[in-house]
Amino acid sequence: MPELIKFKLNGKAVKVNVDSERMLLWVLRTDFGLTGTKYGCGEGFCGACTVLINNIAERSCSIAIKNVKGKEVLTIEGLMKKGKLHPIQKTFAEKDALQCGYCTPGMIMNAYGLLKKKPNPTYEEIVKEMDDNFCRCSAHKRIVEAIQTASKEVGGMK
Amino acid sequence: MKNDNYLGLDFQDIKAPFEVDRREFIKLLGGGLFILFTVGDTLGYVQQEQRRRGELPTDFNAFLRIDEMGKVTCFTGKIEMGQGIITSLAQMLADELDVTLDSVQMIMGDTDLCPWDMGTFGSMSTRFFGPPLRAAAAEARNVLLELASEKLKIPVDKLTVEKGVVYQKLNRKNKISYAELTKGKKIERHIKDKPKIKDPSEFKIINKSITRVDAIEKVTGKAKFTGDMQLPDMLYAKVLRPPAHGSKLIDVDLSEVKKMSDVVVVHDGDLVAVLHKYPDIAEKALEKIKAKFSFSDSTLNNESIYDHFLEVAAPGRTVTQQGDIKNGEQKSKVIINETYYDSYVAHSPIEPHTAVVKIDGNKVTVWASTQNPFTAKEEVARALSIASENVRVITPYVGGGFGGKTTNLQIIDAARLAKITGKPVMVAYTRKEEFYYDSFHPAAIVKIKSGLNDNNEISFWDYNVYFAGERGAAHFYNIPNTNTKSFGVNRNSTVASHPFATGPWRAPGNNTNTFARECQIDILAAKAGLDPYEFRMKHLTDKKMIEVLEVAGNKFVWKKFQKNPSGKGYGIACGTDAGTYVAMIVEVDVDTKSGNVKVNRVVCAQNMGLVINPEGATIQMEGCIMMGLGYALTEEVKFRNGEILNKNYDTYEIPKFSWLPKIESVILDKKNEQPQGGGEPAIITVGAAIGNAIYNKLGIRLNRLPMTPERILQMIAKK
Repeated sequence: MPELIKFKLNGKAVKVNVDSERMLLWVLRTDFGLTGTKYGCGEGFCGACTVLINNIAERSCSIAIKNVKGKEVLTIEGLMKKGKLHPIQKTFAEKDALQCGYCTPGMIMNAYGLLKKKPNPTYEEIVKEMDDNFCRCSAHKRIVEAIQTASKEVGGMK
Repeated sequence: MKNDNYLGLDFQDIKAPFEVDRREFIKLLGGGLFILFTVGDTLGYVQQEQRRRGELPTDFNAFLRIDEMGKVTCFTGKIEMGQGIITSLAQMLADELDVTLDSVQMIMGDTDLCPWDMGTFGSMSTRFFGPPLRAAAAEARNVLLELASEKLKIPVDKLTVEKGVVYQKLNRKNKISYAELTKGKKIERHIKDKPKIKDPSEFKIINKSITRVDAIEKVTGKAKFTGDMQLPDMLYAKVLRPPAHGSKLIDVDLSEVKKMSDVVVVHDGDLVAVLHKYPDIAEKALEKIKAKFSFSDSTLNNESIYDHFLEVAAPGRTVTQQGDIKNGEQKSKVIINETYYDSYVAHSPIEPHTAVVKIDGNKVTVWASTQNPFTAKEEVARALSIASENVRVITPYVGGGFGGKTTNLQIIDAARLAKITGKPVMVAYTRKEEFYYDSFHPAAIVKIKSGLNDNNEISFWDYNVYFAGERGAAHFYNIPNTNTKSFGVNRNSTVASHPFATGPWRAPGNNTNTFARECQIDILAAKAGLDPYEFRMKHLTDKKMIEVLEVAGNKFVWKKFQKNPSGKGYGIACGTDAGTYVAMIVEVDVDTKSGNVKVNRVVCAQNMGLVINPEGATIQMEGCIMMGLGYALTEEVKFRNGEILNKNYDTYEIPKFSWLPKIESVILDKKNEQPQGGGEPAIITVGAAIGNAIYNKLGIRLNRLPMTPERILQMIAKK
């Protein structure tokens, strides 16, 4: 049954009238046209669909839209502030922490969630937190370096 | 320049969507300087295709344009899937033309705008496309210098170019830009003679590390992949799939799904699909279909496949032959007879195969994640029984390919459904479909018989590879008696070799061949009582291979083994692929309780000739190494009676962050040599280097890929 669902999306109050069991990923992509968040496996294994919900990295392919009612959702499209790249975006670009770029939004959002939690993570903490985000082009080395640099650049993230 | 030089440029293939011929098309693009050139390739594919089709020009198959704003555009049928040619090709162009990198635009993989191309694979873009592209850019620069010379009334040799502006060397006030020179002009030039390209000492952008030009789009989520296309009225389709390869639809009950509102149901022969404006609702609708399929007639599984191979293989083809195997065998004091096995491996790009097809009247437009848009164009035309000139394939960014996106079945589904429904249709595979329809890296067998003579030299090498192919099958060691044979699919047999599709997978065949060869070399070294580095050096005469092995050894700080196994966990492998030489040394740890292998360190030295973007090439090496850990340690497609048992990543493990070793890549400085392949070579040595390191650690030999914890525990138990 369609239901009016209100939440905050990339800083703006939004509402959408959809079947409340639909997964957040598809509502973001089709109803809001935010295609930066990607489908990779549909079962929460690969992390391509990662977004932030109340500042925690979550798999949008496995979270029904009804579960974000009243919450704050942040997607890759909401990371830039006043036309400026977020430090994680900047270091991903500068460190060549991507190849095909398909997993990149999920990687960046997961890293964002990590730095929210732990502004100065150790190497082991980065690896542990990123372990379920898959990159088939295998840019892992650069991704770790990008997260380390981003963490240093902002002296930990506010 | 006489106009009649260009009459041959008209070709039917390019008509759509403008309904004009090639020359008209160039007119439509506006003014400027056009450089038309031919991309030769040593394999002759392009020429062969052009002859076969008869309709294509043989005088050019790529072109670039310098427009009236001074912007440079290169039109190529190649596609960008993460390998970075959108950056490296632009670098070559910008440097030869003396313009800034950001004034170069790459139009890639659009079959209406770009001349025919066979596809993007085989690490060929830089090798085969690079040199003619540089020549074309150099020619463009020459033309522009001539024009400037006329305009400024200053001889060409007194002029210089910087950032798209021609200056008089001694008086920089006398200047004119490329934009001013091309304004209101329409100049077409053909490359016939080879123009002089820059000497490496003159490089400003080539051979320099440049941030990827697509990076910003990709870190902001703005980069458009095929699945991100959203057309008005577009429907997302979900197609009913058989449970197993070889099973056929017997009966289907669509009554339940037909009750769903807004769901379009299609049943057209073998094609049953449901479509909706939301992909997830279409997925739900698919679950409402009740279907009965016949059992597959395939009785094979991932264990029985090897016996099957030996039964059905075609007679072998000799790849290389030298000396006399029998004679070598007679003179051997030690003979090693080993069989190596490789498994089916999935490409598993994170972006599944996706296509959008829109039909307007007789014009079909396709957006697709494909490595070969021009092949797709023909396939769509055949599927819809229309002329291929009515089909335009546009390739957005491709989310990884690795050889897997050379099959385009999803495009055919989307084309058929767009025709039936009259709406634009997207078909995007689920992960399960991606595993099911993948054209896997083939499982394979390699049998090697070889021996040592009294001087601990390899006396003979009898190498027989089944189903992996010839790439990397021939060795590069100094062995007097050698026979290399390749056995593959028997085209005259009615029995299928594989129960599903197989195809090229990053460095096709070479992973299998290099694994077998380099493990065998290690076994011989151990039998000879020699250190594996020393033993290889003793048998190498190829200077390039000697050099890369030396460089890798120095970087690793290889110390001679006193005995092997030494408990250290060091392993070496060497190989060549796509013209590039690779030597790899790894250090591993093995948990003898769980059987888990942790690769701690990988040193890789590579001679790939001239490097266009050193950072980009290093990234490709790192990607090869990390991806290689997968085929080496965990990746194996499991199947039974036609069914693919891996449905998602919980049963098919690809490399993860926690596997990341310390990677040290060294690219030899070979500016003055021809560029060679970069996207594949470093992956070929990963399996053998790890296999040899496990032996060095524990004294166990794994002759089957992947070297899973279970197989390692089995070998430990056997020891």
